[in-house]
Order: sequence, then structure tokens, then C-alpha cells
Amino acid sequence: MPSVFHQIDWFPLWLSLRVAVLATAISLGAGLALAYILARYRFRGREALDALVTLPIVLPPTVLGYYLLVLLGRDTFLGRGFEAVFGFPLVFTWQAAVVAATLHSIPLLVKAARAALESVDHNMENAARTLGASEWRIFFQVTLPLARRSILAATVFAFARALGDFGVTIMIAGNIPGRTQTMAVAIYDAVQSGDTLLANLMVLIISALAIGILYWTNRLQGERLL
Amino acid sequence: MRQRLTVCRRRNGPREQTEQGLALLELTIRKHFPAAGSSPGFDLDVSMECEAGVTVLFGSSGSGKSLTLDSLAGFLRPDHGRILLNDEILFDAGSRICLPPQRRGIGYVFQTYALFPHMTVEQNLAFGIKRLPGLERHRRLHEMMEVFGLTALAARRPQDLSGGEKQRASIARALIAQPRLLLLDEPVRGLDYQLRMDFYSVLRSIRQKYRIPILLVTHDVTEGFVLADRMVVYQAGRIVQRGVPDEVFYHPQNAAVARLLGISNIFTGTVEELDSAADCSRIRTAMFPVTVPYLPGRLRGDRVSFCIPHQHVLLAHPGAAKGERGGAREGESGGENRIPVRVVEEVSTPTAVRLLLRVQGGPDTKDGNPPLQIESELTRLVYKRMGVAKQKDWLVTFPKDFIHVFGEQAE
Repeated sequence: MPSVFHQIDWFPLWLSLRVAVLATAISLGAGLALAYILARYRFRGREALDALVTLPIVLPPTVLGYYLLVLLGRDTFLGRGFEAVFGFPLVFTWQAAVVAATLHSIPLLVKAARAALESVDHNMENAARTLGASEWRIFFQVTLPLARRSILAATVFAFARALGDFGVTIMIAGNIPGRTQTMAVAIYDAVQSGDTLLANLMVLIISALAIGILYWTNRLQGERLL
Repeated sequence: MRQRLTVCRRRNGPREQTEQGLALLELTIRKHFPAAGSSPGFDLDVSMECEAGVTVLFGSSGSGKSLTLDSLAGFLRPDHGRILLNDEILFDAGSRICLPPQRRGIGYVFQTYALFPHMTVEQNLAFGIKRLPGLERHRRLHEMMEVFGLTALAARRPQDLSGGEKQRASIARALIAQPRLLLLDEPVRGLDYQLRMDFYSVLRSIRQKYRIPILLVTHDVTEGFVLADRMVVYQAGRIVQRGVPDEVFYHPQNAAVARLLGISNIFTGTVEELDSAADCSRIRTAMFPVTVPYLPGRLRGDRVSFCIPHQHVLLAHPGAAKGERGGAREGESGGENRIPVRVVEEVSTPTAVRLLLRVQGGPDTKDGNPPLQIESELTRLVYKRMGVAKQKDWLVTFPKDFIHVFGEQAE
């Protein structure tokens, strides 16, 4: 048994975790901003924006991956822009995996955060206004703390989703062992090459992580966190 | 052209006159709410001036009272009009000025109190005075908690407070920022009797200490009567009457206002006689004639509506020449109305008995109209002394001076 562990290449797990953490952080920042705009302002195209943000949930991952490839490839405007700023092409790097995971997790966060922000009692925010608090202060000291439980739960789910992305990742980050091979891709690789032992092991690790995450979110939602 | 609301002393001791005639708040607003789905459209069209002291906005739910508060606080932007507070423009549709709530200096006590659940009582109070220097903030915070009896509760969260404590914390939070206007939206809703009484005394002391206009929304008649320096009556988005509570209560503008105030003895009749020399008019209703004071500006044959507040309807033994109660001083000819009635229902309250009396005699109900009924309210003492429980047939008596004939023509 110990020999099995020695054989294992832990890189895919670390890469997956790194990608998922970064993707979740980006989703949280951008998702909260989007959710705030959607919850707060009435503007033309509001629901269209909401639909656009939700699209990654509905589209097949390979389709989404293809779109990204078309959008971010080396010959495209965005791809060239990225290369000019960072000095290397985005596609088929681990950073591309971050983009893939972010896109996969952001809809969850926006949806949940919008609902959470909208459900905060408007009287609380109005009371804060009459007490002279700026809109920023209200968001960070009143609205966000009151919505934080749902947002935290959504963040955990977003993390789990970022961790497990396969389709989009393989389309734009590829399957380069030691460079862009995440856990989900490595499992596929192991099964393809008939390495059942390795596949089982990695599946077990991911499953344990998923169960842990579920257990934690349930506790978050059940507990009074005030 | 705009009538000034004057502050008047009523009951329990001298509440000295506030800065007479100095309107601190002037408001004229109009807003149209278009019909949406099943709800019909609504038009808010109000204008008022308020001095320091308590102005009660009275009216049924959905009459626009809370919308007025929201417009004042800046949560709602009216279509037209202007709001001036201490001569500062808060809102002016003409010049497109609309200060955000943050810059209006208005304290708002919400119906739900809206205390921040994730902060302690002390943090809630401190929320509005973050910009003050530390020492001053500390001083004011502790003074406020002392005054409102919150010192022992400083570290508690709102969900661990009772209804009355929440209310006090909410008022203290609104006042600590030293607002120029205080708005209270049905502050005692859901509180029991003792807490209501406590609130009344808290409000009286606030009124004494802060010389600011206080606007209080209620649909409770008694509360309006107890608390108001002046009362503003709302009906369907408009102000239908304003004045000191006595004036509003005993001289309601029209039958709708009277009903809103809980006055049930509202009748319609035709003017039969007008005698200015004897200060006397006679109105004939479907079942009985009534003597009322002279009605200037009316003609014989005019249709009028009038009300008789139930606490002024007294009982007398049938056949007795004079009434049994002290109020019945005048003889029948001198303007005292006497109508034979029969008790059909009694409703007891802790302090009084309300009687539902059916008018006897007169042309019967052959035209399909329901029989006329008059309500009377007797204190328990009078009820017992007169033995109302044992006897069904009575005369009701009410002096002509207590009958209020509405200014508006009846349909």
C-alpha cells in the first residue's frame, strides 16, 4: 500500500486546489459586484445580464470551452491583449484553467448572492441611510453581514464546482501532465490508460472532499451565525 | 391661504405653547402610483406645515400616511412639490433638488424597529454617530442609554430584547444623531397596554426635550387623541381634515372622517326649520326630528348629514320630565332631543357599556330601510345606577349643542 502512495503524482490535486481557490476568490469579488448591481439597480438589459451570467450553468461545458477558445485564443483580440500584458499566451496554461473554473462557478454565486441581497429587509438599509451611513458603509456593515450566510454557502458550492470542472478546462487548458492537468482531467487520464488503482484513489479523495464540503455548508446554513 | 395649525393646550396641565406659528417643516408633495396588476392606481397629494410638537397622521391603512413619511425621509421621490425643513430645501421638483436620506437629518422609527440584528444595542446606537469625536460619542451614547433604560441591555442583540425594549432602542438610535425631524411609523403596534402607556410618556418627554417636529402615523383613534398636538386626517391619499384633536374629533369634516374616528351615530335628514334668533334648526330624518344649533348658510329643504358622538347620548326614563343624568339640563323645548328607543344589544368594556338602541315609533320600516339605531356609551356606574340591565325601553336624550352637522352637503 505505501508504495501506491509513493507512485502517486500529487500535482493534479494541488493544481486543482490552487485553481479552485483562485477561481472562487475571483468569482466572489466579481459575483458580489454583479449581484449588487442586479439587486440594486433597475436598468435596461438587467435581466439580459442576469441571463448572460447564468448561461454557463445551461451550456454544455465543451460548448462553453469552445466559446472561450474562440474568444481567448492566440489570434483573438482578448488573447493578444493577455499576451501583451503578461508576456505569455493564456490558452493551455494553468491560468486558463482558472478562467474555466471561474466561469463555471460564477453563476452560482451571482444567483445566490442576488437573492440574498434582495432578501435583506430594506428597512434595515433605509434605517442606516437616515443614520447618515454612506452606500458603501451600508453594503459592508449592514447588507453584507445580513446576507453573509447564504453568500458563504454559495461560495462553498462555487468552490466545489470550480474544483470539479472538466469540460471547459480540457478545452482551453488542455491535458498537459505537470502543467495543466487538474484532478478531474487526471482521473479521466488514469481511466483511459487503465490505471484503475490510481483512478479509484483520486475518485475517493475528490469524493471525500465533496462530502466534507457538503457537510460544512449544511452546518453553515443550519447554525445561527449571528 | 394655507391654514396654520395652532398648538392648543388640552387636558393634564400646561403644555406650554410651542413657537407659535413658526413652521419648521413645510411639505407639499404629489406622486402618482400607476395601477399595477390587481392593485389600482393611487395618488398621493398632500400638503402640511408642522411646528415643533407632535403631529399625528391619522387614517386607515393605505391612505398614504407612510408614503408621506417615506417622501420626507427621502426613500420616495415625489413627482411634484417641495419639502422644506428649517428653511432648508430637502426636495424641490422644480429645481430638481432631492437630498439623499443621509443628508436630511431626519430620524425614522420603523414599524418593525429595523434594529440591526448583527449588532448589539450599543453598536446599534453608535451606528449613527460614528463621525463624532470619541469622547463626545461616548458621552452621548451613555446618556442616551441611561435616558432610555438601555444601559443594562447594552451588550444584548435585538433578538434578545422584548418588544418594548426594541422600541426604546429604536427611538434612542434615531434620536442620538440629533435629527431635525422625527418620524414614527405606528410605534406601538403589537405592544400591550402597559407598554403603550410607557411609550406615551416617553414621547411626551421627547417632545419636551427636543424642540423638533414629530410626525407619528397611527390608525388608532385613542392614540391620536392622547398624543397629538395637532392631527392630520388622511383619506385616499389626501388630507381631508387638520386641527387639534378636540376639533377633529367633535367636528369631523364629513361622514367618512366621522366613521374613521369611530363615531357610529351618523344620520342624514332634511332641514325643516331655521331660527337664527333662538339658535335653533330642525332636521327631519326618516324616523325622528332633531333639534340642532342654527345652521348658517343652509336653506330649508337642504339635505344634511350629522353625527352624535355616542358618549353624548344619554338615557332617561320614559315619562320622566327631566333626564336622569347631569348632562340633561334643558327641557324638551329648549333644544334637548328626546327619542324613544329600545335596547337591542349591550357590549361591555372594562370601563363602560356600549348600548345599541333601536329607535321606536315613527313611520315604520315599510320602505325597506333598516330600522334606525343609535349608539350610546354609559360609564359602568351610570349603567348600574339607572338599572339599564332590567329595563328595555328608554328615551335617549342629547343636547343640540353636541350634534355636529357636517359642512358638506349630503347626497
